Amino acid sequence: MDLLIFQAPILMVQASMDGILLGILFSLIAYGMALQWGVMNIINIAQGELVIMGGYIAYFMYLSGIHPAFGVIVSPIIMYCVGWGMYKLVINKVVDKDLFTSILATFGISILAQQLMNFAFGADVVVAQSNFGTTMLFNNSVTLPNAKIFSGAICVISAIILVIYMKKSKLGRAIRATAQNARAAKILGVDTEKVYAATFGINAALCGIAGACIAITFTLHPYTGLPYTVRSFMIVIIAGLGNLPAVAISGMGLGVFEEWSDYLLGTEFRIAAVFSLLVIILVYRRFKLARKREYLK
Amino acid sequence: MKIRNILITLVSAIALLISASTISFAKVVGDKIILGAAVSLTGKYSSNGVHTQNGYNLAVDRINGMGGVKVGGKTYKFEIIYYDDESNSGRAAQLAERLIQQDGVQFMLGPYSSGLTKAMAPVTEKYEVPMVEANGASRSLFTKGYKYLFAVLAPANLYLDVAIDLAVEKNGGKPVKIAMAFEQDAFSQDVRLGIVEAAKRTGSKIIIDDKLPKELNDMAATLSKVKATNPDVLVVSGHTKGALTAIRQISEMKVDVKMLAMTHCDAAKLSKQHGKASEYALCASQWHKSLSYKDKFFGGGMKYDADFTKAFGYAPPYQAAESSAALLVYKDAFERAQSFDTKKVRDALAATDMQTFYGNIKFAEGGQNVSKPMVLFQVSCNDDGSKCENKVVAPTKWASAELVHPIPSWSKR
Repeated sequence: MDLLIFQAPILMVQASMDGILLGILFSLIAYGMALQWGVMNIINIAQGELVIMGGYIAYFMYLSGIHPAFGVIVSPIIMYCVGWGMYKLVINKVVDKDLFTSILATFGISILAQQLMNFAFGADVVVAQSNFGTTMLFNNSVTLPNAKIFSGAICVISAIILVIYMKKSKLGRAIRATAQNARAAKILGVDTEKVYAATFGINAALCGIAGACIAITFTLHPYTGLPYTVRSFMIVIIAGLGNLPAVAISGMGLGVFEEWSDYLLGTEFRIAAVFSLLVIILVYRRFKLARKREYLK
Repeated sequence: MKIRNILITLVSAIALLISASTISFAKVVGDKIILGAAVSLTGKYSSNGVHTQNGYNLAVDRINGMGGVKVGGKTYKFEIIYYDDESNSGRAAQLAERLIQQDGVQFMLGPYSSGLTKAMAPVTEKYEVPMVEANGASRSLFTKGYKYLFAVLAPANLYLDVAIDLAVEKNGGKPVKIAMAFEQDAFSQDVRLGIVEAAKRTGSKIIIDDKLPKELNDMAATLSKVKATNPDVLVVSGHTKGALTAIRQISEMKVDVKMLAMTHCDAAKLSKQHGKASEYALCASQWHKSLSYKDKFFGGGMKYDADFTKAFGYAPPYQAAESSAALLVYKDAFERAQSFDTKKVRDALAATDMQTFYGNIKFAEGGQNVSKPMVLFQVSCNDDGSKCENKVVAPTKWASAELVHPIPSWSKR
């Protein structure tokens, strides 16, 4: 156990690759969260439940004989509708209230979604098999499941498509305008209600894609959504709102840091290490801000 | 004023009637022995909660159908009051209070999981109500000096220590290198203690000792360590999520290890969900249908398996079998006590020494069943992985197949 880093240095590559692939997945979820946080000023506690729901869609496709990888296409479509419906039912009533109200509302949705999924899909832990095989590198010492590589690629592609869409399309411009100043956008003829609904739908769709990827790479259970919410929340806090490259970097960075601390310190320190890093980053930020303020004085 | 008086009288009369009827709903009504149980019908334990309930129900039907319980020359039938504890330990403790205080239940059956049993045991202990439980294996249940708690199953620390003995035996009696990953919950940590003791006993060395956070479904780093250190045995325990994650990532990362021992394989429907990837996994089980224990109610394991499948449409996991066994223990104890006095029944329970289809049952001082060893089965699949079976490989006395050891490397599978 003593100093694995010297015993098998090549496995640091394994840990890094695992971390990056994990981080990409988290980044996509975090991007969705950052998007609707930035546009609507809502912290969605039910983010993880949306992910799990998306995963179950892929799982049920798998059960009915369709390859679960197609879940990355079907799941976002269904989840967009779910997100849109969620906005129309609940979120539009809390969107201009203070943050606390919306946190409470989405927290309620999260509990409800957990229970409903448990009721509808059962309490068993499930997995969908992709049978994608494994990529072996460095004389078979680094093994990367193709399902993870596939998920990573899908996440990157969807993020790129979304960025282009936000830059080029009319709705994308409207979303960005609303994010900058909702009132001004409204005065200039942007239907903010529609923008909000679409934003929430896009967020849910991103969760759906990530969920379908999780179905083929990890496990699904109605109650395992919370870690995804917490992780994406963390990534967004570190990256800041509306800063996509930062979201991607902080997501992957956290992923790698997580796998490394697991590999070198032990699994029990994995989450503790990530949270300590978060604290350090926040303290550092505060310190930097304070200095800037002093300078401004 | 008069009307009001009449109303008050009426209401109090009704209240009195209701309270009287609940009191008469107590431990034995007419020819019925009322047992109380809080099981998880909703929430995260709901699938195993349902297994537990089905196991109880099957045994109740069987015992009632075969003449019931004979106490003092009279025949009684079992009946169970169920409540749903929502997989929540706070709720389970409340329901135990309710069953005892409001429903007047004097004999309890256990819930599903160690955590919920831990929540209920202090309550049943306080009211001195016997509880025979079948699904709480955590060792801490049996070290608190509970007098009214009886568990038909082997404690958690005995789940996988057999595997270490087996590995040492296969290693020509020489100590082995052990890698282990356990979830941080009461049950898995008890399993871990058993391994630590077994390692000490055999002089084996623990080279990886990972504790998985509950919310984690990624074991990639642990498995990298396994690849780096090349242990003889990998032990994993993390409920169904841990079992499924382990098999998925071991097969995807092509981790070669001579022996893979884990818990919760059948609860996780491991071979059904993972097919051939789960082959050669060694699993701890409280019970297996091929064991040759017998009783007059269910015959043997094979018969139980068939009856259960007929009644509920799926093959019984061991969680159901042990639950059925709890009822057999109660029947036996009532008939030996020849009384419904809780103290006498408790003493009769403590003196239990019987064989059921599920195994021998004899309680130690702490209430755990010490006369039934755990069995290990190994998953064995046909060539294309379309059909996998669990075959008992240890202890040797019950083995129906030879242990495949070491596990063939992934390049040859």
